Amino acid sequence: MKNKMLAVPYLVWMAVFTIIPLAIVFYFAFTDTVTGEATFRNIVLLGQYGSILFKSAWLALVSSLLCLIIGYPVAYYIAGCSPRKQRFLYMLVMLPMCMSFLLRTLAWVALLEDTGIINRFIITLGLRPLPLIRNDGAVILGMVYNFLPYMILPLYSVIMKIDPRLIEAAQDLGCNSRQVFGKVVLPLSLPGMISGVTMVFVPAVSTFYISQKLGSSGTALIGDVIESQFKTAYNPNLGAAMSLGLMAVVFTCIALMNRFSGDDGESMVTV
Amino acid sequence: MRRFNRIFTIIVLIFLYVPMIVLAVASFNSGNDIAVLKGFTLSRYSELFRDGVLLPLLGNSLIVAVLSSLSATLLGTMAALGIHAMGKQLRQLTLAVTNIPLTNPEIVTGVSLALLFAFIGQTLKINSILGFFTLLIAHVTFNLPYVILSVLPKLTQMDRDLRDAALDLGCTPIQAFFKVILYEIMPGVISGALMSFTMSLDDFVISYFVYGPNFITLPVEIYNYTKKPLHPKIYALFTLLFITILMVMVLMNLLQARDEKRTNQARRIFSAGRRRVTT
Repeated sequence: MKNKMLAVPYLVWMAVFTIIPLAIVFYFAFTDTVTGEATFRNIVLLGQYGSILFKSAWLALVSSLLCLIIGYPVAYYIAGCSPRKQRFLYMLVMLPMCMSFLLRTLAWVALLEDTGIINRFIITLGLRPLPLIRNDGAVILGMVYNFLPYMILPLYSVIMKIDPRLIEAAQDLGCNSRQVFGKVVLPLSLPGMISGVTMVFVPAVSTFYISQKLGSSGTALIGDVIESQFKTAYNPNLGAAMSLGLMAVVFTCIALMNRFSGDDGESMVTV
Repeated sequence: MRRFNRIFTIIVLIFLYVPMIVLAVASFNSGNDIAVLKGFTLSRYSELFRDGVLLPLLGNSLIVAVLSSLSATLLGTMAALGIHAMGKQLRQLTLAVTNIPLTNPEIVTGVSLALLFAFIGQTLKINSILGFFTLLIAHVTFNLPYVILSVLPKLTQMDRDLRDAALDLGCTPIQAFFKVILYEIMPGVISGALMSFTMSLDDFVISYFVYGPNFITLPVEIYNYTKKPLHPKIYALFTLLFITILMVMVLMNLLQARDEKRTNQARRIFSAGRRRVTT
């Protein structure tokens, strides 16, 4: 059929603006900044940033799991509401995604600061102020806050699609409500859990704003380091090598998670 | 258990909206410190409208969002039609390419496009290629997968006989496309367009790597601002945007509810009629 030709402009676009740019990243990662000669120096230097890469992956993993634990009951509750209420709650979850995440993160700074809203409240109660900001906990809080909707929405759409007859069948066969949940609902929502964790993990591992605002000044994440290579240190070759390292982490994690679910890749991202 | 989930959901929603409330309150605060309430004022709003910088930047963001979402919707819908007509292998390959910008961290997409534009600038011997067009290209690139992934399911769900019926009834293939196929996939096209519009309007990470000093969007400028103490008129802008988006969403919600009610009614009438015919 001639219809196939309709995809040609798109494929050309993706080749020029997705595939070629990634090839350029590869090229930069393996060449020298000054001489432009082929070198492995950048990749070797990457070793120094191994702990930063590991720390970013760790914080992102913790945040993804927290999002899963927090997001699941919410998605499950929304899926059980009347259609009208479902639409309303869906809207409430989606709305924050449309607002500037920079300003919302800044609002958390105002809440958590040493002289911030929460600590002022604690002081008026006559208690000692708490160290709420400039630590890993604050970074995790920022990640969970910013990316929680990315967890709830795919979970909700998967739970919604579970055939109610399967639940009825389980009940008929003598399952109590806890068993129905553990043996039917939870396994069937696994694809949503996988895509939710992926959708939280990827932006969380590469963030540079949240860590700049909420983290301690000593602990940069891999996103911060990449940003500085391009914006302040002007070493795009090292930055490109770090980007490759980041991509390697992300794709390894996604491959591991897809192994759990036996996913065919087509339903990887479903909002 | 359900009661626990209900209370838990309410707590999570409060958690999601606390920063919005903080910013909205700050926009009416006469003091400059966001954490200290001094008094009530509306002057932040009048300052915002007299301000010659923020509103044009919002205009820039809107221009990029409208143009990029329209281009991505056109290109992406065409692509979805093409992908739908492909054989299995070609289709899987194309979808794998479509997944690249979705799974790649945004910062990598931004960096790779920045390097591409720098390379093009070098070969064309142009000093600064970065500006409106590089932003637009970047936004179209990250919007395309969202359009394709929301149109493609509608094409798969569509009854193939519909097109044949239209052709049998004397439509040319082009008429059949505009009268039947486009109508069937329209919800997917619209949701793809809306999704790209919102993604584009709020995009910071990718824009940050491909913007030029002559054309700056609002999120990028907010980032540059947040390195210094922030002027409270930004909170006023945030609050106004929040209210606008909230109203648009509530409106869409109501329209959708009305639509659904109507289809249900139509379905009931239709099935009642059919029952009468069969008996």
